[in-house]
Amino acid sequence: MRPCGEAAIVGASTSGIGWATDRNAIELMADASLHALKDAGLEATDVDGVFAVTPYHWMASVTLADHLGIQPSATDSTNIGGASAISLAGHALRAIALGQCEVALVAYGSTQRSDTGKLVTGAEALSFESPYGPQFPLSGYAMATQRHMFEFGTTREQLARVTVAASQWAALNPEALKREPVSVADVLASPLVSDPLCRLDICLVTNGAGAVVLAHRDRARSLRRQSVAVLGAGESHDHSYLSSMRSFVATAARDSSNVAYEMAGLGRQDMDFAQIYDAFTIMVPVGLEDLGFCHKGDGGPFVEHGIGPGSRLPVNTSGGGLRYCHPGMFGIFALIEGVRQLRGECGVRQVRDARTGAVHGFGGIFAGNATLVLGRDC
Amino acid sequence: MDYPRIPDVRNAGRMFWEQAAEGRLVLPHCVPCNRAFWYPRWHCPHCGSAEVEWRTASGHGSVHTFTVVRRSEHPDFRGRVPYVVAMIDLDERVRIMSNVIGCAPEAVTIGMRVRCIVEHIDDQLGVPLFEPTREVT
Repeated sequence: MRPCGEAAIVGASTSGIGWATDRNAIELMADASLHALKDAGLEATDVDGVFAVTPYHWMASVTLADHLGIQPSATDSTNIGGASAISLAGHALRAIALGQCEVALVAYGSTQRSDTGKLVTGAEALSFESPYGPQFPLSGYAMATQRHMFEFGTTREQLARVTVAASQWAALNPEALKREPVSVADVLASPLVSDPLCRLDICLVTNGAGAVVLAHRDRARSLRRQSVAVLGAGESHDHSYLSSMRSFVATAARDSSNVAYEMAGLGRQDMDFAQIYDAFTIMVPVGLEDLGFCHKGDGGPFVEHGIGPGSRLPVNTSGGGLRYCHPGMFGIFALIEGVRQLRGECGVRQVRDARTGAVHGFGGIFAGNATLVLGRDC
Repeated sequence: MDYPRIPDVRNAGRMFWEQAAEGRLVLPHCVPCNRAFWYPRWHCPHCGSAEVEWRTASGHGSVHTFTVVRRSEHPDFRGRVPYVVAMIDLDERVRIMSNVIGCAPEAVTIGMRVRCIVEHIDDQLGVPLFEPTREVT
């Protein structure tokens, strides 16, 4: 069975993106879910598939279903780090294609900014790393950056351009939390946090929730909303710990994206934009390489040539985790931006004639990988 | 998120820390594969064999990549900043995490040759660290 085109995203919403909230994570996630359902012209009683993850709940889909009064016939709380919502959308596609459910909710929520002001994560230590004082996930991405610079001559200036482009997109996104312009000089002058990464190489720490609604294509056709087809989905992981990384510069994004492209019957040349999880600047050049937009090692020059507004391949058009929001696991927000672009509702940041796009999530330290290929028409 | 300095020894790697206290760097070695692997497990991650034994390593390697931790709020590590977290390519062809000490953090480079020295936690446990093989400025 080819699930390609079996399901479409018919609703999407964020909730509580900001610095302060009087709600908890499940309440934010429920609010995003209800708004996404309203966006689709559906109600909670229509939902028979619940797919959710948070940094707090060990069975998030069960907890969310409880909160919304849903008894689903398909449920999934699989956590592969920040890529989770993107992988869960692929799982929802599969469940719909198999007939396990017809209307699926994919949701995420976090109040980490209000909780601690730092990343909230359940990531466990490896006994053979913890005595050396690595900071998760900062040290891992710093070491990946260092190695990429060493092997390919990637420069600090090229990496800074990832944040510069993100700031240009964020300036066009009314929902973005950091909308002021950032220059290469600003990034390089920001405090050194973990060599070679400076403060402005690193994502925001915010609250926020998001949800999308997937429906079987027949159900999607009966709704008034412009739907976005989930054309391809892939996922993979080749390590969990730094000590098991075969490479610090190449990831299983190559494998997950190959599966997604093949399922969609499309190639990277068909993508009108890319949303690539950017908790740290290095993730964008590595993601561009492993999703096939350039050769391995050429991510730095690719970014230098431009990924901001008006570029040949617009990347992270929301402002990304660097400038839009980053409530701990950015996957759902990358996905929602992809949906918004394909529905043509992005206003001044709209990618003209966007018909297909790639959304990729990283989890852990280049560990969990999930790719979706989305298309405008169902 | 940060993790504690004291090694957790309730796993297949107890010997790693106990032998370090004796001044030795040891690695799990798969007998059928005839090669070292990392990290310690009761079974070889390459072939699944349980025929695993500890062998003393040369203690020499080179820096694969590294970072300098500049800020920490962790009670076990905040007094150590700035410190170098590095991945070390051992000559036995396994890559392990460690700290590079014995030189300024700014002097550490990828490819730098390093050798193992041990920091004692107590009489029972030691933590293998690495220092430059040659003096660096």
